[in-house]
Amino acid sequence: MTDTVRTSAPSAAAARHLKRRRARDGRFRYYGLTAIFVALGALAVLVLTIGTQAFSAATYNVVRYEVTLDPAVIAPEGANRPADISRNVEGFYGLVRDNLLKTFPEAEADRVSRRELSDFVTRLAVLPTARLVANNPELVGSTITLTAPLNDDLDLYLKGQGVRERKIRAGAVSSVQGDQDGTFLLSGTGAFEAVVAGLAAGSVDRAEDAGQPDVLLTAGVSTGRLSDIGAGSARMELLTGRAQDFAQARPAARIIVSAESERTISDRQIAWVLALREMGRVDRVPRWTLLTNSDSTYPELAGGLAAIVGSLLTMLITALVAMPIGILAAVYLEEFAPRNRLTEFIEVNINNLAAVPSIVFGLLGAALYINFLGMPRSAPLVGGLVLALMTFPVVIIASRAALKAVPPSVRSGALAVGASQMQTVFHHVVPLAAPGILTGAILGMARALGETAPLLLIGMVAFVGDVPRSPADESTVMPVLIFSWSNNAERAWEPLTSAMIIILLAFLLVMNGLVVFLRRKYERRW
Amino acid sequence: MLQQLGQLPMGWLLIALVAVFGSAAFFMGRVRAERLLAGATSRMHSRPNYHGYYVAMWASVPVVIVAIAYAIFAEDLTRSQLTRELPSSFARLSPAELQSYLESVRMAAGTAASAGADRVFQAITNRYLELRGLVNTGTLALLGLLAAGGIFFAQRRLQPDFRARAFVENGMQLVLFLCAGVAIATTAGIVLSLLYESLLFFQKVSAWDFLTGTRWNAQTEAEFGALPLFFGTFMIALIAMLVAAPIGLFSAIFLSEYASPRARAWIKPILEILAGIPTVVYGFFALLVVAPGIRTAAIWFNETAIRFGLASEPILAAQPTSALAAGLVMGIMVIPFVSSLSDDVINAVPQTLRDAAYALGATKSETVKQVVVPAALPGIIAALLLAVSRAIGETMIVVMAAGKSARISMDPTSDLTTITVQIVSLMTGETGFDDPKTLSAFALGLVLFIVTLAFNVVALRVVKKYREKYD
Repeated sequence: MTDTVRTSAPSAAAARHLKRRRARDGRFRYYGLTAIFVALGALAVLVLTIGTQAFSAATYNVVRYEVTLDPAVIAPEGANRPADISRNVEGFYGLVRDNLLKTFPEAEADRVSRRELSDFVTRLAVLPTARLVANNPELVGSTITLTAPLNDDLDLYLKGQGVRERKIRAGAVSSVQGDQDGTFLLSGTGAFEAVVAGLAAGSVDRAEDAGQPDVLLTAGVSTGRLSDIGAGSARMELLTGRAQDFAQARPAARIIVSAESERTISDRQIAWVLALREMGRVDRVPRWTLLTNSDSTYPELAGGLAAIVGSLLTMLITALVAMPIGILAAVYLEEFAPRNRLTEFIEVNINNLAAVPSIVFGLLGAALYINFLGMPRSAPLVGGLVLALMTFPVVIIASRAALKAVPPSVRSGALAVGASQMQTVFHHVVPLAAPGILTGAILGMARALGETAPLLLIGMVAFVGDVPRSPADESTVMPVLIFSWSNNAERAWEPLTSAMIIILLAFLLVMNGLVVFLRRKYERRW
Repeated sequence: MLQQLGQLPMGWLLIALVAVFGSAAFFMGRVRAERLLAGATSRMHSRPNYHGYYVAMWASVPVVIVAIAYAIFAEDLTRSQLTRELPSSFARLSPAELQSYLESVRMAAGTAASAGADRVFQAITNRYLELRGLVNTGTLALLGLLAAGGIFFAQRRLQPDFRARAFVENGMQLVLFLCAGVAIATTAGIVLSLLYESLLFFQKVSAWDFLTGTRWNAQTEAEFGALPLFFGTFMIALIAMLVAAPIGLFSAIFLSEYASPRARAWIKPILEILAGIPTVVYGFFALLVVAPGIRTAAIWFNETAIRFGLASEPILAAQPTSALAAGLVMGIMVIPFVSSLSDDVINAVPQTLRDAAYALGATKSETVKQVVVPAALPGIIAALLLAVSRAIGETMIVVMAAGKSARISMDPTSDLTTITVQIVSLMTGETGFDDPKTLSAFALGLVLFIVTLAFNVVALRVVKKYREKYD
């Protein structure tokens, strides 16, 4: 018998075939890699977009107003009890408006500009000050610095998000001449060359119907609107401040792309807010009100406190109902249940419940709790009960896995020294399984915390301005607040919604971190 | 006096009473058992604590039952008596009007601030409080009586040879069983409430018209043809699966076959973050980023097509909210459901199969495609079915990004509506439960429940029936 060893190289066809197969192998690997990158990339884009939006909402602009607390205005005769003062929004608001009018006397000219100036502050923004004065009546008559958040559109403008504009440094203006019609002629050699160039560059990428862009010129606290712009001269309509400020100055020009009618803020408002900033009266401060205020129709005043408290109350009810029921049911199924049809039926039910869409639980809650049992709508009590029904199958499944992991030797040992089955389970097995049970329960609660749809159906979407004090009060929760804010039309709600999402994600992160910690600390292999 | 009793915070009081009676009974039983132990000649059967628990059971179980009964019936009882006593002028109110009137009475009674209201209203509120006080007093008296009776009865049974532990443990086992039974009760609750309200709906609208009608106009209560909703749900779930199935599957294959253990330990938890993000966040993302992006792309596509003379008018609808936006984002959300379940089943394929394939000269990808995936196929199909069921039942993403117009359109950039979107929009209005609008939401819920249940059951069956056993 002869061994025939093939020593010759594979045929050319076989080599080609092998090469193709290897190439296919490499491609297949890259498909997998691409899939991973697409998934991780989607996550990164999601987190980054929401994160950057939230970052811009983490601070906001507040304006300081020096006001004298005139007793005749804020505590008139017959209405000077602390309770009256704290409710005297109109009086405090009047002080702020008078302060603004004193700063910008040109707004007195007509009703439109007066209204535009009063838009700087919403009425309710003075409420914290009113409460402060009500609690410290000795302040009445003194001069205090009242701080109030800037109107949301102007806030966005100062953050560079509301209005598309280009800033150009103009050349030196040598002379300012007043004209009969109230406008001024600014001139200087080549002073507006850069502006003309900027306008020409901008007109290329603009749609035809966008109208003429506005050009504002700012020097110090003064701002004017330019027209008839040439390289060496331009006509200016003064919006605020004094025309002399422009003489011998190198003013900053702003080319505002969208026309005034298409914006939420007018040229005059831009001029005023720039002047306020120039005066050093605008501060960009952390927006703690997001955590300390409740919902509002004004974005600059809105916060999530009521929703956070509502979420905590809802979670409390969910935990009180779902955790005992889930854990005890798991103990029964794992340790006591006889192998029969009924047990099997219960197990099938649990597995199916864990996969039922959450909105169906909302329908159940609406029909059972609200319609049949007559419980109040929009209450954390009902929300918590609905979420409990959703959560307890998850708790059961996790607890069973934890109980299963406890080795039979523990049970045998306890039984051998004479413990009853109940004693074995509750004195030995459950304590050993407790970390696993707890992590499962926390994960179930984390899922319930982010749940929105079932709560919409039981009316938790209503506008709630007050912090709920008991589980039976009207309330909303964080995810539902996110949903309602995302429905609001104003542009300023977008970053706010993102900030609220980050707060919700922070809660979830803490819960999941707790799970990881518990697992690290208590995990034991048998 | 009775009026003040009518304002008792009964919820807290009942909880407190259960705790007080329970713990008092426990200590009484324990003390008695210890005394028995001191004087007993023979050994006791159970430890004193179990005697305590036994007495506590007898004291608290009747109290809990009465408390639950109070929570369910007290308000109805008070109202029915109050209705009987109302002046005859109230007889012309419809039941709904009467209910809302009584509701306002209850609210006024709760705050005790009926000042300024008319005298009839005030009198009725006072009478309501009196009746309520009567019910409250009766309940409290009954509670005290039952608890005392329970304690008395149980105390008398305590003997050295009394098998208290057996009783207590049987009672606890019953409690455990009842907790497990909540699962059945919940399912029954879902099925019954959905069926009940749906049947009311199908009395007004025929089931055939509902399932096959092509015009949906529930807000005006005119047309209830749900086919466009089924179509929208199907379309968006299809888009989602077109995204999630390849990405999820290839991720799973890469993670289990190609990735190093270190990379796997990092990538897998990060992928699972996708499953932990609340869906309202995905919805916001879809609304903020994806939908406008798709709209811009669609407009660009239309303009390009027209510029090159391929079309005379816009081909795509390019609406601000679109099926494509919702579907894409939903697909991202569903990826971890596909990938982690598939990963599990691929990992469960024994190494010997792979080794055999390598031994025959197969490349890695050939092994995966021709050996591993076929072996894991039942599990993979189950994972896909579960993901589809998840996509069909998903609500927030479609509510925020899919739109509300019920239409049948193959254009993915037009806005479509789904079953879940319609349930939300029908149930968030201020309408009563006898309204066909509200009832139609339950009919839709029933369809949703049945469809998702079918997907889950089929998925479990597939796994059970076709799973290869290798050991």
